[in-house]
Amino acid sequence: MFGGLDMKNFKENGAKIVFMLAACISILAVGLICIFLFVNGIPGMTKIGVLNFLTGTVWKPGNNIYGILPMILGSIYVTAGALIIGVPTGIITAIFISHFASARITKIMKQAVSLLAGIPSVVYGFFGLIVVVPLIRDLFGGRGTSMLAASIILGIMILPTIISISEPALKAVPKSYYEGALALGSTHERTVFRVILPAAKSGVTAGIILGVGRAIGEAMAVMMVAGNQPRMPKGILEGVRTLTSNIVMEMGYAADLHREALIATAVVLFVFILIINLLFSVLKRRAKV
Amino acid sequence: MKTQKREAIFLRVLVYAGTILTLAILVSVVGYILIKGIPHLSLDLFAWKYTTENVSLLPALINTILMTLLALLLAAPLGIFAAVYLVEYAKKGNKLVMVVRITAETLSGIPSIIYGLFGLLFFVTALGLRISLISGALTLSIMILPLIMRTTEEALLAVPIEYREGSFGLGAGRLRTVFKIVMPSAIPGILAGIILSIGRIVGETAALIYTSGTVAEVPGSLFDSARTLSVHMYALASEGLYLSQSYATAVVLLLIVMGINALSSSVARWIERSSYGKD
Repeated sequence: MFGGLDMKNFKENGAKIVFMLAACISILAVGLICIFLFVNGIPGMTKIGVLNFLTGTVWKPGNNIYGILPMILGSIYVTAGALIIGVPTGIITAIFISHFASARITKIMKQAVSLLAGIPSVVYGFFGLIVVVPLIRDLFGGRGTSMLAASIILGIMILPTIISISEPALKAVPKSYYEGALALGSTHERTVFRVILPAAKSGVTAGIILGVGRAIGEAMAVMMVAGNQPRMPKGILEGVRTLTSNIVMEMGYAADLHREALIATAVVLFVFILIINLLFSVLKRRAKV
Repeated sequence: MKTQKREAIFLRVLVYAGTILTLAILVSVVGYILIKGIPHLSLDLFAWKYTTENVSLLPALINTILMTLLALLLAAPLGIFAAVYLVEYAKKGNKLVMVVRITAETLSGIPSIIYGLFGLLFFVTALGLRISLISGALTLSIMILPLIMRTTEEALLAVPIEYREGSFGLGAGRLRTVFKIVMPSAIPGILAGIILSIGRIVGETAALIYTSGTVAEVPGSLFDSARTLSVHMYALASEGLYLSQSYATAVVLLLIVMGINALSSSVARWIERSSYGKD
């Protein structure tokens, strides 16, 4: 009898420990990722000189010159371009789903958004390569592979992120806000844009920030359409290289300091992402209150 | 009054135009690839062997299935157990829970190229697993872990507390309650998370190029390189020699993704039905 009870306790406690260890895996994973990136990336960065590395405008692995400012700017410009295209479209679509669509249309729209989110980045990149790049080439001349092409593709890719975070935030605004505005004589449209949208600001901003994270971290699709020249960005119709594509393009054959410089590139990207994540979680928490 | 009306019309037009743009983008991406790509599908592409004359996608397709199974095998139990701990065991305000939540959130924001690089440094080099199926699967399992954790957590939280109270009242322990009472009601939600993870694995490229590599054959063992369909697609498109095959591969990838989407919306309907049943 007592033996049975002990056995039960043993099983209960054992299970609890197993579940707890499983929960700790994510801590372990983040720890390992940080350690392996920093331990492999920081020495290279100090060998090159942190300032030289971050503000150097020339990337010539053949001559042992490693400056990643062109890639930092490339990532920032391409992301900014993506936001110009993706943010208004995304927010408006979220507004449509949350306050204009009927239940049936809402269902269809949500399916459409999840399909947009599900399309693999190589497929977006391929679409960019066979449709967007030739279009830019025909309209504006040049090679077509450009900052503009990358911005367009990324703008499309962040749409589902922005929509799926903003839509619930817009929907969560208390009904009394809406009714109050209507009672004061405002139209439905005006209320949605002037009352509901400002009230959902935190949630919508969180969606945009998550979109920034997606855009800055995307590698394959950007690489397929951006041209990837490792020089200072010259214009929206010229090629650019981003932090992500720098890593993907050269990691396959890099050795020694070159390899370390690429891992250091990833460290810079990782720090960007950590900052973005932090902003996102702060805003998300604020949106819940 | 008149300006109000004009403004309302303007805003309504804006909303419809933006929404139509979103739909037009989706339709043109999917439509263009399907319409231009389907004629390029041929039986040769499903030949057993990949050669430079016939860049068959079948080995990559098989590798994708292997990769998906392996990554899920690693991540699903861990993610589900972790969620069980967070929801069923941990007390409110527990410090460990907070750290787990923060790290899981961090993991879900890390870009796939960083996962790929980490996989290369840790699994491939430090652990000596080489560029192989298993290195790729381990890398992906970390990537999908937060997704499975989050969806399972939501599914467990949606199970009414009365179920647990009833079970405890009848003398069942916590473990028994979790596996016999809570889990069965949470299955649709957990499944939805797993389907989402399959979608991510199938579409992944950047995390796999330097972990599972680009060999276009079905691997002889876990420790051999194997390219998945997305990596295959990337290799073909960037070589630029195989446009027609790239189209065909894009079609196959899209069809898989659409299948996964259909599956996940039918699971969503199942969840809706089962939660109606509870009321």
